[in-house]
Amino acid sequence: MRRYSAFAIAREAARYHSGWERAWASPEPKSEYDVIIVGAGGHGLATAYYLGKNFGITNVAIIEKGWLGGGNTGRNTTIIRSNYLQDPSAAIYEKARSLYETMSQDLNYNVMFSPRGVMMLAQTEHEIRGYQRTAHANALQGVATEFIGPEKVKELCPIIELKGPRYPVLGALWQPRGGTARHDAVAWGYARACSDMGMHIIQKCEVTGVHRENGKVTGVETTKGRIGCKKLGMVVAGNASALADMAGFRIPLESVALQALVSEPIKPCMDVVIMANTVHGYMSQSDKGEMVIGGGTDGFNNYTQRGSFHHIEETVRALVETFPMISRLKMLRQWGGIVDVTGDRSPIIGKTPLGNTFINCGWGTGGFKAIPGSGWAFAETIAKGEPGELAAPFGMDRFIEGRFIDESVAAGVAH
Amino acid sequence: MLILTCPNCGIAADETELSAGGEAHLTRFGAGSSDADFENYLFMRKNARGVHFERWRHSYGCGKWFHAARCTTTLEVFGTYPAQTTEPPAELIEKIKQKCPDFEGFSK
Repeated sequence: MRRYSAFAIAREAARYHSGWERAWASPEPKSEYDVIIVGAGGHGLATAYYLGKNFGITNVAIIEKGWLGGGNTGRNTTIIRSNYLQDPSAAIYEKARSLYETMSQDLNYNVMFSPRGVMMLAQTEHEIRGYQRTAHANALQGVATEFIGPEKVKELCPIIELKGPRYPVLGALWQPRGGTARHDAVAWGYARACSDMGMHIIQKCEVTGVHRENGKVTGVETTKGRIGCKKLGMVVAGNASALADMAGFRIPLESVALQALVSEPIKPCMDVVIMANTVHGYMSQSDKGEMVIGGGTDGFNNYTQRGSFHHIEETVRALVETFPMISRLKMLRQWGGIVDVTGDRSPIIGKTPLGNTFINCGWGTGGFKAIPGSGWAFAETIAKGEPGELAAPFGMDRFIEGRFIDESVAAGVAH
Repeated sequence: MLILTCPNCGIAADETELSAGGEAHLTRFGAGSSDADFENYLFMRKNARGVHFERWRHSYGCGKWFHAARCTTTLEVFGTYPAQTTEPPAELIEKIKQKCPDFEGFSK
């Protein structure tokens, strides 16, 4: 792999950019791999990357039914934060956030990580108490957050309306090192690094069946034929239930649609990420100038990658209240993704009833921010056959034990 | 917009008038049941990619619960039926089978 650098740009400029090579190879599948990862989204690619980087396992295939990063990795609002209440969540999301800090250097690929700060507005007395509690919990967990008053909110985000018609802004939970990153670049950067380690990224290859023998998986049936494996990792988000069904077990989650939209580009007006959970909306400004907007999920099971129109209306209405200056902005694009939501709104990382098969799913409405931490923890789980410290609390067995990691209040909306 | 006809009051209701209630026809397990049964009842869901039988409540209408059969990949609604049943009516299953040749029928 030729490294990207200022020197490389100068070199290519001198020869009409004829020397850029493809970022990753597209090989035909081999008959067998040590590890197959199903799903070439951010989480799957990060898993493969850390399998190679941390454990030296490079005989790996990442197979993807669509195109690389075309699922939720390319459909989210790119927010990165780790201000969670529960210790296991804070640990894995903070691991992810800290990996984002150096990702561009690690991958030699500019993922445009922008730690511009994330602010979660408190708009009710209850929310003030909740966020103050989270700020104290974060202090104990080593996650840098603070609870700030309305004056500081206005100072950090001048376009905000503090005295909205329904809910005044009473304060906010502020994480200065949260922010955004370029979502596609995260997938592309990992893919390039994986391909460089000799891993096979196989796109447009749908898994249609899972071969089992004596309680173990021996391979997967795909639209490109049978591919054998010694270990299997399932990282398919909204389609996790369908894949688990092929492998003969059930998982405790449901797939629902989550939507996002962006406005026409405008001049820079907002250099933080704002989440308003009481009124259901969140917004940031992309480097292109578009306002990137997200809201809540639909209530019903859905695999269509499009959501209900009235949810867009609710989200936009909430944000116009909070930011009156956006009221005349035109919206350019709207899209949906299928998110996999568990009972306690926390992910599942760990073992399955099949000995050599592992699952990473249930990231629900908040997966993008977790990509590097999730990959790190899941790679360890696959390599060692047992979850490590980060992944251990997220096993599927927590549902039978009643040992929930209950983030449902925080994640009911705006994750 | 999803439109479901409430079998209780007969109104064709927009989804803004309704609340989704999740998978239908779950077998309830309570105190005294095994851990596995209780977990199954509380958390495990078919999350079907295709035909899905589900509960809805006509919250901003008559307020009553009912059932619906809907495809989760096309959002096509096959029909609605009253809540007072433990499985979908046979004629509805027949109708779905004619529309979706892959549908294997209702199972618990």
